[in-house]
Amino acid sequence: MRPDEVTNMAHGNAAAGHGDHHRPPKGVMRWLTTTNHKDIGTMYLVFSLAMFLIGGVMALLIRAELFQPGLQLVDPGFYNQLTTVHALVMVFGAVMPATVGLANWMIPLQIGAADMALPRMNLFSFWLLFFAFVLLISTFFVPGGAPAAGWTLYPPLVLQTGNAFPMAIFAIHLMGASSIMGAINVIVTIVNMRAPGMTLLKMPLFSWSWLITAYLLIAVMPVFAGGVTMLLTDYYFHTSFFNAAGGGDPVLFQHVFWFFGHPEVYIMILPAFGIVSEIIPTFSRKPIFGYEAMVYAIASIAFLSFIVWAHHMFTVGMPLAGQLFFTLSTMLIAVPTGVKVFNWTTTMWRGSLSFEPPMLFALAFLFLFTIGGFSGLMLAIVPADFQYHDTYFVVAHFHYVLVPGAVFGIMAAVYYWLPKWTGHMYDMNIAKWHFWLTAIFVNVLFFPQHFLGLAGMQRRIPDYPTQFTDWNMVSSIGGFGFGLSQLLFVWLIIRCVKGGQRATAGVWDWPHGLEWTVPSPAPYHTFEKSPELH
Amino acid sequence: MSIVKRNSKLPAAAGALAALTTVPARADWSLLNMPKGVSELSRDIYDMHMIMLWICLAIAVVTFGAMIYAMIRFRKSRGAVADTKLLHNARLEAAWTIVPTIILIGMAIPSVDKLIKIEDMSGSKLTIKVTGYQWYWHYEYLGRGVSFYSRLARSSDLARQRGSGIDPNTVDNYLLEVDKPLVVPTGTKIRLLLTANDVIHAWWVPDFGMKRDAIPGFMNEMWVSVDADKPGTYRGKCAELCGADHGFMPIVVVAMPPAEFEAWLAQQELRQ
Repeated sequence: MRPDEVTNMAHGNAAAGHGDHHRPPKGVMRWLTTTNHKDIGTMYLVFSLAMFLIGGVMALLIRAELFQPGLQLVDPGFYNQLTTVHALVMVFGAVMPATVGLANWMIPLQIGAADMALPRMNLFSFWLLFFAFVLLISTFFVPGGAPAAGWTLYPPLVLQTGNAFPMAIFAIHLMGASSIMGAINVIVTIVNMRAPGMTLLKMPLFSWSWLITAYLLIAVMPVFAGGVTMLLTDYYFHTSFFNAAGGGDPVLFQHVFWFFGHPEVYIMILPAFGIVSEIIPTFSRKPIFGYEAMVYAIASIAFLSFIVWAHHMFTVGMPLAGQLFFTLSTMLIAVPTGVKVFNWTTTMWRGSLSFEPPMLFALAFLFLFTIGGFSGLMLAIVPADFQYHDTYFVVAHFHYVLVPGAVFGIMAAVYYWLPKWTGHMYDMNIAKWHFWLTAIFVNVLFFPQHFLGLAGMQRRIPDYPTQFTDWNMVSSIGGFGFGLSQLLFVWLIIRCVKGGQRATAGVWDWPHGLEWTVPSPAPYHTFEKSPELH
Repeated sequence: MSIVKRNSKLPAAAGALAALTTVPARADWSLLNMPKGVSELSRDIYDMHMIMLWICLAIAVVTFGAMIYAMIRFRKSRGAVADTKLLHNARLEAAWTIVPTIILIGMAIPSVDKLIKIEDMSGSKLTIKVTGYQWYWHYEYLGRGVSFYSRLARSSDLARQRGSGIDPNTVDNYLLEVDKPLVVPTGTKIRLLLTANDVIHAWWVPDFGMKRDAIPGFMNEMWVSVDADKPGTYRGKCAELCGADHGFMPIVVVAMPPAEFEAWLAQQELRQ
């Protein structure tokens, strides 16, 4: 079947699903029944922002407790619930849904498709996610409290969870199902619904990054679902998968978890790579340097992400050959990642740079993600990892790749495409304030954690020896500064949705790509006829 | 489950200000980096860490330098015009794929012989079995009939209770003191057999360089040898999340010359 036939067919289906083709229903019914990729994208993004704030409040409670030694605010058990649910909410509730929201909004616009290929499944996957988080967050209110074994859910500790245990497992199953559906939708859309003439190697890099992310999701979410199901049967049916007394092995779970968990890291960061690859060219006013190398680099990273998992567990006691293999494979990931960083830098080379908010966030990403990359390299070296493992050095590392990495990528995307979504320009001054406060405080928050870890502070503790007080105070101040700065972001978005200077179709000085050929705001239905590519 | 009980905002803000103004005055630079430690392994690991750190810093200077140069030199506000022909450069792209690969493999090579040394348990003179419990440690000197539990010291345990009213700064070695420390001889290769009774724990004393998980139902091993000229008290903590009191199961090791150690052990044998 030729792509245009599929496009027309999918478009016909979407039309049949809508009572009124051109006007969505009004009020709450629009959001409950919509199959429009833009509406669903908006719901994902709003959901993600809400989760970012909820997870952020948990982080602030954690940082408030760590402001000084001694226990002031929370009990140790509740502290562990906070760290566990903070991580689950940020990973599965904030970062992943934000990238799914961006995919929903932008992939059809970038590839010239009328909608996502499977619109009803699209809506279904959103509501699955929504109820997964209702379930997860409600565990705070059941006897025994929320899960407290860390987001990695290592047995036997996780098997000491109270009534929250089956709820958390079921929530994870729902999230996984939702992610897999989202991933299938992206793949089917990209493979079948590209505008005629849009070959894969002409496709924008954001869409490319998501295509590869979707394959990662389909490969690893079932592994995670399998792992947590084994926990469930160990808990209720005494299957002893992870119980040595019954012939099992607690470390088996760690292998299963990280076989999922490491690709998961790239599921969060690859879309951000794609976003940065869109933004840096726009504000350098020249095309991306080494387009094909960028595509191959993402694919190589995705492949390597499957063979590095045990670097998360060097201290469990593994054979020498295993330690060397996982050290080397991990270090190799730095090669394609380096290619990407060099290509972004060269894209700016002999460009004509301007520093609008999306570019500011993309550049901060470039610097700070690279710092996270360096600490990742250090962590990959086994003998040194014996010291770093499970300390704040690790906490600093993964927060550098996730916050100024993935989250800055998402914020850059919001600043880049918000005028396209709302039809209004946002307040540039507030955006710049938001950027500078966020970029400064994120370093005040996370950089001292490198020192804490090296000096010997282990992670996941509510209280610490007094020599760690100073840097914990600095980090907490950074945390509150960072958290409060995000209120500016929320305020800016609300104002931009409500009104503001009209945005043109191109929005930016040097727009490139199909999304800039449709008016701003993007009409409810776009590309009902496939666009002509030249 | 309990959240904020008292308004801590004002003292917190005052404390923050105080911390910021006093940090330079009482900065302890040993709190910025990994300790060199008191064993051959910990020094090896420290060296690896420093090599990696310097290589990363060198790469950072080059890449961040190029980024900053581009951001200053090619600004539109300075009249820079985009060169839209700069799209590929096969030689350059090959170079920045191959050179990093070589650097990275070069970085990994020195770790090989150190790892082999770390994993070599032969020639140990003493074996101690370490068992992790929620939330304390048990030590057993195998073949010597001496074993005991080691828990958080009472002074720390009182101070760490919420609302205790005891300032942790007034407690000696807050959260790093136990009722009965592990005692080891200096200058001796000691094999530690690690296991746990309930959930996974991890035994870690930063000055010894190593940490390893204590896993229920399995026996892990690692070795420690404290320098002959460095007797003293070394402190660490459980490093693997093991439940509510994970932060409150410290490890204290007293290293003493072999003769003194033998006397201590004989005394313990008599007591048990």
